[in-house]
Amino acid sequence: MLLPVKWLKEYVNIDVDTKKLADELTLSGSHVESIISLDRGIERVVVGRIEKIEKHENADKLLVVMVDVGDETIQVVTGADNFKVGDYVPVALVGAKLPKDLYIERTDFRGVESNGMLCSLAELGYEDSVIPKNQRDGIFILDKDYPLGTPIDEVLGLNGEIIELEITPNRPDCLSIIGMAREAAATFDKKLELPEVAVKDEVDDIKDYVEAVEVDEELCNRYYTRVIKDIKIKESPLWLQLRLMEAGMRPINNIVDITNYVMLELGQPLHAFDLDKLNNKRILVRRAKDGEKITTIDGQERALNNSNLLITDGESPIGIAGVMGGMDSEVTEETTTVLLESANFNGKSIRSTSKQLNLRTEASIRFEKGLDPNLCKIAAERACQLIEEINAGRVVKGCIDIYKNIKEEKTIKLRPERVNKLLGTKLSVEDMVDYLERLDLKTKVTERYLEVKIPTYRLDLNIEVDLIEEIGRIHGFHNIAAQPLVGVLTRGEKPYSSIIADKVGAILQGFGLNEVITYSFISPKSYDKIKIEADSHLRNYIKLMNPLGEDYSVMRTTLISNMLDLLSRNYNYGVKECYLYEIGNVFIPKELPLEQLPREEKVLVLGMYGQIDFYYLKEVVTALFEKLGIKDFEYVKEESNPTFHPNRTANILIKGNSIGVLGEIHMDVVENYDIDTRVYIAQLNFDALVEETNLDRKYKPLPKYPAILRDIAVVVDSDVMVGELEKVILENGEGLIENIELFDVYEGKQIESGKKSVAFSLTYRSSEKTLKDEEVNKVHERIIEELERRLDAKLRS
Amino acid sequence: MKDELIRIKEEAISDINGANRLDDLENVRIKYLGKKGKLTLILREMGKLPKEERPVVGRLANEVRQEIEKELSEGKDRFKERLKQERIEKEKIDISINKRTRKLGHSHPLLKTIGELENLFISMGFTVVEGPEIETVEYNFDALNTPENHPSRDLSDTFYITEDILLRTHTSPVQIRAMKAMEPPLRIISAGRTFRFDDVDDTHSPMFHQLEGLVVDENITMANLIDTINIFVKELFGDDMKTRFRPHYFPFTEPSAEVDVSCFSCKGKGCSVCDGTGWSMELLGCGMVHPKVLEVCGIDPEKYTGFAFGMGIDRITMVKYGIDNIRLLFENDNRFLEQF
Repeated sequence: MLLPVKWLKEYVNIDVDTKKLADELTLSGSHVESIISLDRGIERVVVGRIEKIEKHENADKLLVVMVDVGDETIQVVTGADNFKVGDYVPVALVGAKLPKDLYIERTDFRGVESNGMLCSLAELGYEDSVIPKNQRDGIFILDKDYPLGTPIDEVLGLNGEIIELEITPNRPDCLSIIGMAREAAATFDKKLELPEVAVKDEVDDIKDYVEAVEVDEELCNRYYTRVIKDIKIKESPLWLQLRLMEAGMRPINNIVDITNYVMLELGQPLHAFDLDKLNNKRILVRRAKDGEKITTIDGQERALNNSNLLITDGESPIGIAGVMGGMDSEVTEETTTVLLESANFNGKSIRSTSKQLNLRTEASIRFEKGLDPNLCKIAAERACQLIEEINAGRVVKGCIDIYKNIKEEKTIKLRPERVNKLLGTKLSVEDMVDYLERLDLKTKVTERYLEVKIPTYRLDLNIEVDLIEEIGRIHGFHNIAAQPLVGVLTRGEKPYSSIIADKVGAILQGFGLNEVITYSFISPKSYDKIKIEADSHLRNYIKLMNPLGEDYSVMRTTLISNMLDLLSRNYNYGVKECYLYEIGNVFIPKELPLEQLPREEKVLVLGMYGQIDFYYLKEVVTALFEKLGIKDFEYVKEESNPTFHPNRTANILIKGNSIGVLGEIHMDVVENYDIDTRVYIAQLNFDALVEETNLDRKYKPLPKYPAILRDIAVVVDSDVMVGELEKVILENGEGLIENIELFDVYEGKQIESGKKSVAFSLTYRSSEKTLKDEEVNKVHERIIEELERRLDAKLRS
Repeated sequence: MKDELIRIKEEAISDINGANRLDDLENVRIKYLGKKGKLTLILREMGKLPKEERPVVGRLANEVRQEIEKELSEGKDRFKERLKQERIEKEKIDISINKRTRKLGHSHPLLKTIGELENLFISMGFTVVEGPEIETVEYNFDALNTPENHPSRDLSDTFYITEDILLRTHTSPVQIRAMKAMEPPLRIISAGRTFRFDDVDDTHSPMFHQLEGLVVDENITMANLIDTINIFVKELFGDDMKTRFRPHYFPFTEPSAEVDVSCFSCKGKGCSVCDGTGWSMELLGCGMVHPKVLEVCGIDPEKYTGFAFGMGIDRITMVKYGIDNIRLLFENDNRFLEQF
């Protein structure tokens, strides 16, 4: 909200500068987001009067104008033509400075000298959004005579500041100058001076103009009307227009401007209907019929339904309650009689209508947050008073006020000791009463309580703690002395799985992998890109009702597609090698559509491309298991995972249970991600990893007896896996094999086609004695026999 | 014979000095001191000498042997030293060459920040807890006293899965989970992913991160809240960082405040970054837990009070590392990740 400081100061006598005002308001709860200076650095722009207008001899679109600027009459060339002799206009003299670093010099326009410039409002620094429509395309014509040569700053009041405020949704009462004046008065301990509202001269009787008013009581708490006749529609006086513009609103005409002025001042939206344009001289506020239509004053035809509240003349709609009036009953230049509506509509209903129509207006913003129904009368009367004051019409006697459930002031009991207990302060009862009274919260001190009367505009004050906050903020949170926490000592800790995650991170970073974060939602197309089968359980994903787009529309059941996205992005950025990992959730529904929260399972994904192969990724995963103390893990060839290369992929088992997969990504998938190199990914169930982790370590005595080394080289079918050979070796090692080291796998010359030679170096050692050659030979022979028997391995000579 | 011995000695020394390889020295040893060596052979002739000469010649012979052995040993040492020097010379490398084949990995800056914050709060006696990313409307809004018509509930603000289930919009539902699951005294924090209906731009992301804190006990006051936040801000940003508690509105705390910290750029003096205010805006939101929230969780608000705070980690990370675009956090460009 924009708060012109000058306007504020009309209601509360604050004598500090605007910076201080802003700081203090912020500290008492009205957050000042910025201070906008009205002084736009304009120099040498003065009031002038048009004396003579002539056409430029050499240019059709230019006029040569003589302007009296007080001590001289100067010749100015202009392209505008919206003025006449005798008009008062702003004139930028030679040497003038205008906003946006515009400087005025003596200029020659096709042989005619121009000694200045006639200014538009835009040139004087006003935003297009607040400039009156009839002033937009020409010179700004002043509303009346001003002494010639008067600096334009004085005429337009271009001094002082406007404060931009963030008003929290619980304080709709602060969306007004008076509301903020009330806050300022409390903050600075000053008296609030409200305008005296009285209409002096009333004529006729409203009953002669309006037959009846009926309302839907559920959605309209109050409907207060007055009638004004003999209206002369014209521009508002300059002071009124400037007020509106400073507060960010565009002046329209005197009647509409006054309704807007009162809305800004008091926070109550008003609407003026042209009474002569109504078919019936009555008002019926009712729900719209489904499909009923109305054209609003912005020229849009809008279709309504039964949840929308309509203002009608008994038959036809004349306005959408609290949102926007109808075009047919709009105040125009011909208007002579208006019905002024000051109503209190149900905020929720206005909010949903405004959303449904995608139409947010200054009125709807205020209604949807909630307004005090007791404000209706004051606001309408204030408008009548101003109409009378600016001589825009004559107020008709009497009002029609439909107000069944009158909102009364309530009383909240407050325990003084509770205030100090919650705030950690030592405020006296006197202090508390002072703070509350400053906010116009009338407080009675009784033996045990403070009994606080809550004005009806304070919709946010409902229970004791609400008042404690009021005391706290007027006292100032910054004045509460910090006190350390006391009480039972608690031990800080974090979940075991987070500790393991930290360890995993450290290990993977040691292997060169960078940690990443990707979105929890992905595109359903990802499943096609990684070739997941149509009937895979992975496709039982949870869909968002209102995603930002297909790319972010389903909750992931795998981290592989996100990892591929990142590898692809990096690859296409020209990153030569990339090693990444992520620990993140997948979302597994218990049923679809969801009736209960799904399972969120943590998954670890590793992805890489560069100067590495399958075995590097396997080495990383194995090292991870070893560091985490995970035993009984094995890799089993996996040929049926559609995302992976059928001949370069392993299923990862711990104690026989699959906990993940590791391998080279299928060439189809790599191509789908626009990557032109081999990509390796491992995905592991992180929760299972945590489950199997064992960080306990027990010392095992170092070997006392010497080891005996034996090499073994066999020729087997190419399909026989090294792992199978190793398994046979280990199984027949009689517990004496300390280590098996593969040192050669060879296919080619000297080896029969379809066969390969595999060579190991075996370390034999006993923990109980020094092994003798004969003992080792016996075991070694047996191993060779078993290799032959089970895998048809021939000893290579 | 004496002359013969002297001659042998000189001959041997000359051979030693003339040796070109280590093996030559061994040959010298064999030549003179071996079983059939010159000295050995000559000593066998000792018996032929007159008795009285034997001791004199014997002594001389011993001296010659010792002399030759000493020269041999010194010669060997010289050779070894020379070989070592030759090797050192040969093994010259260019130490300016970088041959690193693989770099160490890095933590993501955002998770690094979360880790640091967690450790800080753990040191203050807080326990880290976790909550789900997919939440119920009940825990995300209702239990947190969020009014029925609060705009944050809108489809234009929140991602819904069903009418009752959504992607959590803040980490605050973890408060509810913690209070329902545990008895006071409570000191918890929880960091994690949160979601709001925001298109991606330089400062917004539909997924972002928050850290939530909650303390519930007897006699917890706003003064305790202020103290806790002040400690945290100083630890995170340095001792010269000041805080400003500004009254604000959150449905689930009363009183509520937003906390500004001194401008990161000018440290409070006032500059163009902070519009001259000296304050960077809205580091975190906080307040005293609303009595209705305590009640919903089965905690007696007359007996217990508490405070809660929540902050956006993405922004803190960006300020801490001088990152100017939130997209960088989720793009995961390797060249970005390597910087942390």
